[in-house]
Amino acid sequence: MEIWMAFLVGGLTAVGVYLMLRPHLIQFLIGFLVLGNAANLLIFTAGRLGSSFPPLVQPSGTVLEPIANPLPQALILTAIVIGFALAAFGIVLFFRAQAVLHTLNAEAMPETLEAAPAPSPVDEVREERT
Amino acid sequence: MSWLLVLPLLIPLTTGILCLVVASRPAQRVLGLVGALGLLAAAITLLVQVNQRGIQAVQVGNWPAPFGITFVADHLSALMVLITGVVAMVVALYALAEGDQPREQLGYYALCHFLLFGVNGAFLTGDLFNLYVWFEVLLLSSFVLMILGGSKAQLMGGVKYFAVSLLSSILFLVAVGLLYGATGALNMADLATRVGSVAPGLLSALAMLFLGAFGLKAAVFPFFFWLPASYPAPPVMISALFAGLLTKVGVYALIRVFTLLFTQDTAFTHTVLLWVAGLTLLLGVLLALAQGELKRLLSFQLVSHIGYMLMGLGILSPLALAGSVFYALNHMIVIAALFLLAGLLQRLQGTTVLVRMGGLYQSHPWLAVLFLLPAFSLAGLPPFSGFWAKFTLVAAGLQAGQYAIVTVALLVGLLTLLSMGLVFAEAFWKNPPKPFSPSATPPGLVLPVALLALLTLGIGLWAEPLLGLSQAAAQELLEPSRYIEAVLGVSR
Repeated sequence: MEIWMAFLVGGLTAVGVYLMLRPHLIQFLIGFLVLGNAANLLIFTAGRLGSSFPPLVQPSGTVLEPIANPLPQALILTAIVIGFALAAFGIVLFFRAQAVLHTLNAEAMPETLEAAPAPSPVDEVREERT
Repeated sequence: MSWLLVLPLLIPLTTGILCLVVASRPAQRVLGLVGALGLLAAAITLLVQVNQRGIQAVQVGNWPAPFGITFVADHLSALMVLITGVVAMVVALYALAEGDQPREQLGYYALCHFLLFGVNGAFLTGDLFNLYVWFEVLLLSSFVLMILGGSKAQLMGGVKYFAVSLLSSILFLVAVGLLYGATGALNMADLATRVGSVAPGLLSALAMLFLGAFGLKAAVFPFFFWLPASYPAPPVMISALFAGLLTKVGVYALIRVFTLLFTQDTAFTHTVLLWVAGLTLLLGVLLALAQGELKRLLSFQLVSHIGYMLMGLGILSPLALAGSVFYALNHMIVIAALFLLAGLLQRLQGTTVLVRMGGLYQSHPWLAVLFLLPAFSLAGLPPFSGFWAKFTLVAAGLQAGQYAIVTVALLVGLLTLLSMGLVFAEAFWKNPPKPFSPSATPPGLVLPVALLALLTLGIGLWAEPLLGLSQAAAQELLEPSRYIEAVLGVSR
């Protein structure tokens, strides 16, 4: 079972990374969602897999063997909620970027709005002349 | 006094919620300042408490230690929270004087306090998965702050900042998941007792995953490219807060995991840290020298000096760790001062492009002095706090025989001085390219910068108390048993 999960996580990671490397921001966002799912499945697998064991402890404190580990599911639930919030924010952010910058291509976004020349002696000479 | 530990979380949270509820702008302004002052007071009390009674821990919801969520305050956490309070207060003062009405009405103060909530939570939590959640709290607030106002430059910077942060979040999540799979624990103290049983190779691989996740946040080599592309975009009342606090959260997390968890194979992990530190130092300062715009230049300086904090962590001796902690505290003050000053200069001259600036020494000589104080501190000249920070690190490096990194550290100090001198020559000494009418500087904007500048001078002249506290922090970091005992109750 775990080996198949490993292949699934690996495949999802490959898809996610590929999409996140694309210049288009929507592809990037979908890549993030896929990669997030890969991470969640990874945690799920790392918490040991069992098919249908109850995560129950008797009042006396003895554990009903075999027992499932409930903690990874709690972690994944938290991670899914956070991922959902991040994705929702990302969609709005990219929507605004499209409205203001008129592009969703990350490569069309320069590092700075105005290229600032580095101060050098040549610049100063030129300035003094003008 | 367990409530004292959660006060640095409750005060920003309450202030943030109140700022959301209270719609009137004057009330929000008052709340913003009062909340920051309250945070500062709580942080001071917490530090006093920790200093007197040792490491404090509180189990939220009364679940016993390895199962519930733990908040822990040792010297490192308490010091970080304290400086967070200082930076928050100063930035709140600056924002009050700046009076950026559109951004204030969009909820600037509420977002700031949610950010502080997340930052303090990250400093105080004793649970690795909880740390992930705090990272997300501070990230989401910082995303909104980054694009608050929605200017073109902010959106461009915001997209990059958002994308990189998502990547670091997923890396962190994967690292936590795998560490949990390998040890079955998430509480950091509990983890520290269990990592010994993990195969060394697996543990080193996990350490590198954490280095990637936190390194992205702390903006170290080779992950620093996003910071200069995004931090200069928002107004300084936002970027000074980011510069002071956000990268330091990454540094704090690195210090925490690389002293508490990943100390099994220091020959590998901490050598990697030293390489990362050296390359961050060198590349950061060289790129800073090539910049022609003040805020971008400061962003590269910010990146470069993160390397100093990693240097101490890489050497891993008591003196070196004390140097790292001291450097982080000193740097939060200095870089926030310089960013605020950049905003002040932008207001006076209408630009932060260095070739278009000039003549400020003639029109505002006091402002020039005010610039030189944090600039010299950044470069590490006596008698400023930056000098003691670098001195401690270099002394520790020489003691440990790490001559290569010491050479780099000293060289970078020199290049920083050159870079700051260049800024001074361009913005203050040079004749202005076109004549400008010198306007009076609003005293409300000068006051926060002056406070920070005097603080770095004060710490420099009277370094003993803070250095002593940093050494206490380093002692605790190097003896994880005290941390474990405080959290789990028994020493194992």
